[in-house]
Amino acid sequence: MKKYYNNDSSVVVIIGSGAGGGTLANELCQKGIGVVVLEAGKRQSTSTFINDEWASFEQLTWRDRRTSSGSWQIATDFPNLPTWVCKTVGGSTTHWSGCSLRMREHEFNALSVYGEIDGASLLNWPLSLGELEDFYDRAEDKLGVTRTHGIPGLPGNNNFKVFYNGAKRVGYRDCHTGHLAINSKPRDGRPACQQIGFCSQGCKTGAKWSTLITEIPAAEATGRLDLRPECHVSRIEHDKSGKVTGVVYFDSDGNEQRQLARIVCVAGNAIETPRLLLMSESSQFPDGLANTSGEVGRNYQRHTTGTVYATFDDPVHMYRGATVAGIISAESDHRPERGFAAGYQLETVSVGLPSIASFLEPGGWGRKVTAPIDDYANMAALWIIGEDLPQSENRITLNRSEEDQWGMPVPNVHYDDHANDVAMRNHGFRQGSAIYDAIGARRIIQSPPFPSSHNMGTCRMSEEPWFGVVNKWGQAHDIPNLFVSDGSQFTTSAAVNPTLTIVALAIRQADWIALQMGRRDI
Amino acid sequence: MTTRRSFISKGSTIAGVLSLSSTAIIALAPARAWALDLDSLTPLQGHTLLMLSRHIYPHDTLDSAVYALVVKDLDTLASDPKVATLLMEGIKLLNELAGGQWLDTSPERQLQIVESIAGGAFFEKVRSTAVISLYNNELAFAHFGYGGSSFERGGYLNRGFDDLTWLPSPPDEASPKRSNR
Repeated sequence: MKKYYNNDSSVVVIIGSGAGGGTLANELCQKGIGVVVLEAGKRQSTSTFINDEWASFEQLTWRDRRTSSGSWQIATDFPNLPTWVCKTVGGSTTHWSGCSLRMREHEFNALSVYGEIDGASLLNWPLSLGELEDFYDRAEDKLGVTRTHGIPGLPGNNNFKVFYNGAKRVGYRDCHTGHLAINSKPRDGRPACQQIGFCSQGCKTGAKWSTLITEIPAAEATGRLDLRPECHVSRIEHDKSGKVTGVVYFDSDGNEQRQLARIVCVAGNAIETPRLLLMSESSQFPDGLANTSGEVGRNYQRHTTGTVYATFDDPVHMYRGATVAGIISAESDHRPERGFAAGYQLETVSVGLPSIASFLEPGGWGRKVTAPIDDYANMAALWIIGEDLPQSENRITLNRSEEDQWGMPVPNVHYDDHANDVAMRNHGFRQGSAIYDAIGARRIIQSPPFPSSHNMGTCRMSEEPWFGVVNKWGQAHDIPNLFVSDGSQFTTSAAVNPTLTIVALAIRQADWIALQMGRRDI
Repeated sequence: MTTRRSFISKGSTIAGVLSLSSTAIIALAPARAWALDLDSLTPLQGHTLLMLSRHIYPHDTLDSAVYALVVKDLDTLASDPKVATLLMEGIKLLNELAGGQWLDTSPERQLQIVESIAGGAFFEKVRSTAVISLYNNELAFAHFGYGGSSFERGGYLNRGFDDLTWLPSPPDEASPKRSNR
């Protein structure tokens, strides 16, 4: 395994090994560039993943202390777990469902299409769908997305059958088993899906794409990747010229280390990425790195979500097979006549018995919680995932009154629902409920959001440097050799699961970094 | 709640007999009798917490042997003196509100008293423990019809992932037949 010296200032340092960091690392290594990846979590494998929701949660989840505030229900239901993201090699690609959708044209032009909306800090992306299409294509090929590149769709499970029949009854014409980065047949060294039903617990077969299974080993095979698990970065350093020079981190023994770098790419997910930039404040940058715009940490987006559960007279066994097994995209258009801007997807979701009582009504108790669980075997479920609007005050800040295990201030995650988010969620609840009602649901439950797995926008891309943190390449407006490589760079959240776009942007960013390095611009 | 008086106390143990109607659980259990040794709690405290768990997450046909798993985890947590105090003070409060043994009042009265303490630290300790302990075990999986760990059995590809027959099957373009390898 390649090892670089800590004082080797020729390397690219990537913080985080998830969809953004892991992909970027592999793409750079394939181009002959030396990379050090610092990953806070441990390395697992298909053999160590666990088919047990709670044990897996403890194995994979980022559980460092966080605080939350704002009007969102998460601040009440899960005040110290506002997000459900991962701390492990592969990051949240170990947890994701595999749902791989391209953003649509109108979503890149949110401000132009939706117009100014009170309370929202909407902005157009500084790039178009056209500019990203080739990279989406490469990303879909890399991930092996079903229904692209000649890859068949997955066969639908029982949860999908219920979803599909309800969808047809209420008039949704297009409903299918989706675009999943889960192999429907063996491909790229990964086997076909066995429908084990634990996609979000790491996928023990490896049928699901993750950077742990695919990108990291491919990067290691080049001999150019130095992956350091259990290394928690606490600070990015810079010189007087304002360029970053390296990072300070705690290694697996808790010792402080300093790794020099030619370029630093931050991909710690949309809470840790801005937190790290804010914690890297200096006399030269008193508000944190790359923050002359004041936008670092702002415009936090987490998708407008909710879950609809339904019980029936007959068995469903929703836990069998792919967690997200089907999709309806008809509501993803921007149709303001519905009473809100932007749109949402409906996707099947399954929740296992061990955690269902925690999510049906978080904090709830009594027969209203347990009556539906009595019908667990006859239950189906779907998830609403819609574009939420950026708001300047929805933001990650440093909570200096609480420290993490390294003595660093914990991040506070503040989120107020926008009226648009509420209207969209209610519409999604109505449509989702109608789907199940149409085929004779006995009982329908509308449940509030899970802790956020989709986290975006906190170091957003912008054309003009005063509106955002990074340019269309994810490169900091302020600091040319500092990049943001995860969902933090999203200008708006779009009604799609973010991973495919994060991967497409990482492939594109790698091309840009290699070009800039070749030109000696950075 | 027909089984609520089916357990007996002996030393620091609570015990019971699986209800004959708990067929899914009986199939898993080595014997119909069950017993739980307690390290920190008295049997009466154990019984009280078991019944409290039943009021918080009531499943009429779920055997007390499964609720005993909540008591087991609370007993383990009570090795921390702070938790032990919280539980003992909470049980004391239940009894004070009942004007005697809370366990001896009617189920309706028990529930009224539980409602009056809902949201408090004691209630939340029991609820937040029960929400995991009660449902994350093989007995509950069997009772409610959940498959648990499936990888070692080859997943559900050949074990019913698409065996639902009470609705029409979607067409191939929506749900392709599984690929031949």
